[in-house]
Amino acid sequence: MEILFAIAIGTVVTASVYLFLSRDLLRGLLGFILFGTAVNLAILLAGRVGPMRPPLVDAAVLGAGAANPLPQALILTAIVIGFGLTAFALILTLTAHREFGTTSVEELAEAETPKVPANTAAAATRREAA
Amino acid sequence: MNDSLILRTSAPLLLWLSIAVSVFVLLRGHNAPGGGFLGGLMGAGGVLLYAIARGRVAAIRFLRLPPVAYCGIGLLAALASGLPGLLGEAPYLTHLWAFPAGLPLGTTILFDLGVYLVVLGTITAMFLALVGD
Amino acid sequence: MTMVHTPLLLLPLALAAAAAIAAGFLRPRLAAFVGCGAAAAGFAAYLAMAGGVAEGVRATAPLLAVPTLGIGGGLALDGLALIFALLITGIGALVFLYSADYLGADRRLGRLSVMLLVFMLAMLGAVTADDIVLLFVFWEMTSLASFFLVGFNHTERGARQAALQALLVTGAGGLALLAGLLLVAGAAGTTSISGIIAARDAVLAAPTAVPAMLLVILGCFTKSAQVPFHFWLPNAMAAPTPVSAYLHSATMVKLGIYLLARFNPVYQDEVLWQTILTWFGLVTSATGAVLALRETDLKRVLAYTTITGLGTLTLLIGVAPAEAATAAMTFLVVHALYKAALFLVAGVVDHETGARDASRLGGLGRAMPLTALAACLAALSMAGLPPFVGFVAKELVYAVKLDGESSALLVGVGFLVNASTVAIAGVLSLRLFFGTRQPTPRAPHDPGLAMLAGPILLAGLGLIAGSMPGLLGDRLVGPAAAAMLGRPADVHLSLWHGPSVLLALSIATVAAGMAIFAAWGRIVPGMRRAAIVDVAGPAALYERGLARLLEIAAGTTRAIQHGSLRGYLRLLFAVAALATLATLLLRDGLRLPAFDAAGLDARALILLGLPVGAAAAALAPTVFVAILAMGLVGFTTAALFLVFGAPDVAFTQFAVETLLVVIFAAAIRYLPIRRRGYRQRRERVADATIAVGTGLAVTLALLAVLGTPYDSRLSDWFGDQSLAAAHGRNVVNVILVDFRALDTLGEITVLAIAAFAVTALLRPIPKDQTR
Repeated sequence: MEILFAIAIGTVVTASVYLFLSRDLLRGLLGFILFGTAVNLAILLAGRVGPMRPPLVDAAVLGAGAANPLPQALILTAIVIGFGLTAFALILTLTAHREFGTTSVEELAEAETPKVPANTAAAATRREAA
Repeated sequence: MNDSLILRTSAPLLLWLSIAVSVFVLLRGHNAPGGGFLGGLMGAGGVLLYAIARGRVAAIRFLRLPPVAYCGIGLLAALASGLPGLLGEAPYLTHLWAFPAGLPLGTTILFDLGVYLVVLGTITAMFLALVGD
Repeated sequence: MTMVHTPLLLLPLALAAAAAIAAGFLRPRLAAFVGCGAAAAGFAAYLAMAGGVAEGVRATAPLLAVPTLGIGGGLALDGLALIFALLITGIGALVFLYSADYLGADRRLGRLSVMLLVFMLAMLGAVTADDIVLLFVFWEMTSLASFFLVGFNHTERGARQAALQALLVTGAGGLALLAGLLLVAGAAGTTSISGIIAARDAVLAAPTAVPAMLLVILGCFTKSAQVPFHFWLPNAMAAPTPVSAYLHSATMVKLGIYLLARFNPVYQDEVLWQTILTWFGLVTSATGAVLALRETDLKRVLAYTTITGLGTLTLLIGVAPAEAATAAMTFLVVHALYKAALFLVAGVVDHETGARDASRLGGLGRAMPLTALAACLAALSMAGLPPFVGFVAKELVYAVKLDGESSALLVGVGFLVNASTVAIAGVLSLRLFFGTRQPTPRAPHDPGLAMLAGPILLAGLGLIAGSMPGLLGDRLVGPAAAAMLGRPADVHLSLWHGPSVLLALSIATVAAGMAIFAAWGRIVPGMRRAAIVDVAGPAALYERGLARLLEIAAGTTRAIQHGSLRGYLRLLFAVAALATLATLLLRDGLRLPAFDAAGLDARALILLGLPVGAAAAALAPTVFVAILAMGLVGFTTAALFLVFGAPDVAFTQFAVETLLVVIFAAAIRYLPIRRRGYRQRRERVADATIAVGTGLAVTLALLAVLGTPYDSRLSDWFGDQSLAAAHGRNVVNVILVDFRALDTLGEITVLAIAAFAVTALLRPIPKDQTR
């Protein structure tokens, strides 16, 4: 089961990286979300999976046979934070699109570049030194 | 604003329902699945639905405060929940408990309420910002 | 030696700091006078301590001790520090006075005063610091102050270049010095300078003793403009003249000399130390003497003679006899007096005539008699004629050279150097102020008292000190030489030794100097034609090196900061994947857990949703489809959480997925979600390779993790304590709100910040702020 789990996570990572590398900001954002999901699953798996019983204390202590509570606590906050960041990134994308009319990474890079080319500053220093 | 009459009419009902459920989830979180994170998400869901049905202005009017104010209040609540513990010379955020009439009350409730408010405020703020124009 | 704790030692530094702050708020002229007052008060404070120092008292004061870092901090005043401190404050006071008139109505006088005060503070700190950390901080502060002061006329390109050059050369040397000092301190086991000197044997026995010494020497050589780092000093003449007089002749350039003298007690018996200092000093003094004859610009001529003086000082520290210490300290004082005076005179000439080319000036004495007087007094000391103190110094230097090894070479080169110095002294006095009057851009006359006080006082001191050398020897040179030798020095300065070899040498020097002076008008153009110096000198090397460095920097920046997000991400993921795979495969081979068919159950079917959804998202033709596929992955994940005993997480994931859909739905209206991906075929293959590699790396890493036993102590502890200590049955929630509440607090803070950021981002821009 764990081996299958690891392989399944690997496929999600693969898809997320492929989307990340896209020219389109929106697809990149989807890659970001998928990557977060994969990481959450990886945390769950690294804490070992198996029991179906949730980590709720029936008697005095949790005892054996319940799922591991620690990764769950980590994942819970990670999900919500990831969601916050996703929404933030989406709004950034939206702002960029509104400003420059594109969500293409390359076109945005061009739109962002200041009028002076990046290497003029270095050239100026060079002239200075000469 | 949505054109569906059914949605517009039922929106306040659904909103109050989801708020009630989210508070219930928040409160029971210490002993059963639930808690501030989940409660906050559910509460935010209700507000979002209301905003879709009745519009942004109505949602803000319902909240009475700007959504980010909820974040601030929530953060303050969480921060404050750690203070009583300091009186007992314990480290910050050591929670205290009292059992008046067998009812378990702890400063953790205040902390979880803070989490609830921050999550609710954040998601609402972002959504209302998105539908802002 | 007795030690006295005295806050008086802190006073000059405190005054300089307070004056620097105050000067920023005052009218420019007042700021210069405040600077003058601070320097004069500092001078008085040091003078008050001079008597004690001459009797062997060591004054100390605490400053900036950081015991946790092993930094003792603290200031200390001995003979060596005192001589420098008096020069810094004394000449400083005159320079402030001088600047008040030199810049006159220029509004930048205030800025100059502030920077000069900062410089003075740094210099005083550097020479009185008894801790290498403190020393280094002040040392670098002087380099920075020099940068701003050389580049004072920052609208001129030449000034900016000179400032940068001075900073780069002295800054690079500063790094070497830091490394050297740290090695020395490591060997000595203390950062205290007096402690290091006391731990001399440990410092010399350390395996890093030689590199440490070389690094310290390197730092001192850059600062004190020794060959081959001398070229920055003439260029630094782009600074206003008071700055040149103060920083680049009297004080800052002597900081390297100071540190060499300071560490001399440690290294004085090392042959390598003696050899390097002697020969580099000799070459430097000769270089300065020769190159001075190539220049006609008054300030550049003076700069090269300063290099000569600095070379002589280095040489004197390097040669072994104890008398060398006396000669070095005497020459230090003498040089500072006449050179500062001559710089100030050059400034006066420049200021009053509007010209500073020695070949086009002449006969100014009638128009500016007092300036001429100051120039002549200083020049006589520089030429080393009796009864000036310069004579005393020259005799001492000759005596040392005659005594030591390779005396023929030392004396021979010294003779030529001194002859050149005499000739230059002639140019700066006789040629400038006597002979035929040359036309000048402005009609010259003597300047006001503020500008005359400096040159006349400094030049006059040369005469006074020459007439009572005993006082100079007992009070200043003796204690300083003792500090330089690390043992009491027997110092007797006198003007007249009677007829001797030395006297004959002196007379011959003056005669040779006058001969060169007579031919000066023909020598300079001839020397100027020797273009080899400009092409092959270290200055040219510096230019080429700097240009090449900037090219490399620009090329590197273009290569790694190309501005393409995709490029960055590709590199990031490729490196992450390769590093993970390499670690897993190479470190101790890959151990995978055995496949356990018995552990499989129906839940494995849910797992199928992940690859299906992921593949669909990656290969979706439009963003819209990809969003749907991503939803599948999200809900599958939530289902997995549910069936693997994590209902809290599962419900949260469900809620988040739902809200994501809502948020995307709200955003969708504005975004091009139907757009198709536009990757070239080749790009797709490359991206897919990186993606598959990363996925493989993650899977293998997870399997490697699963192959190790799980340490469940932490989880068990939470499970045991949840109800007992935190009164909660839901362990996950208890961890979040109680056990790890501080982490959660941090996380909700991040959320709140994101909310604030979004609100600020989407706030409508007020009309008047739009572009």
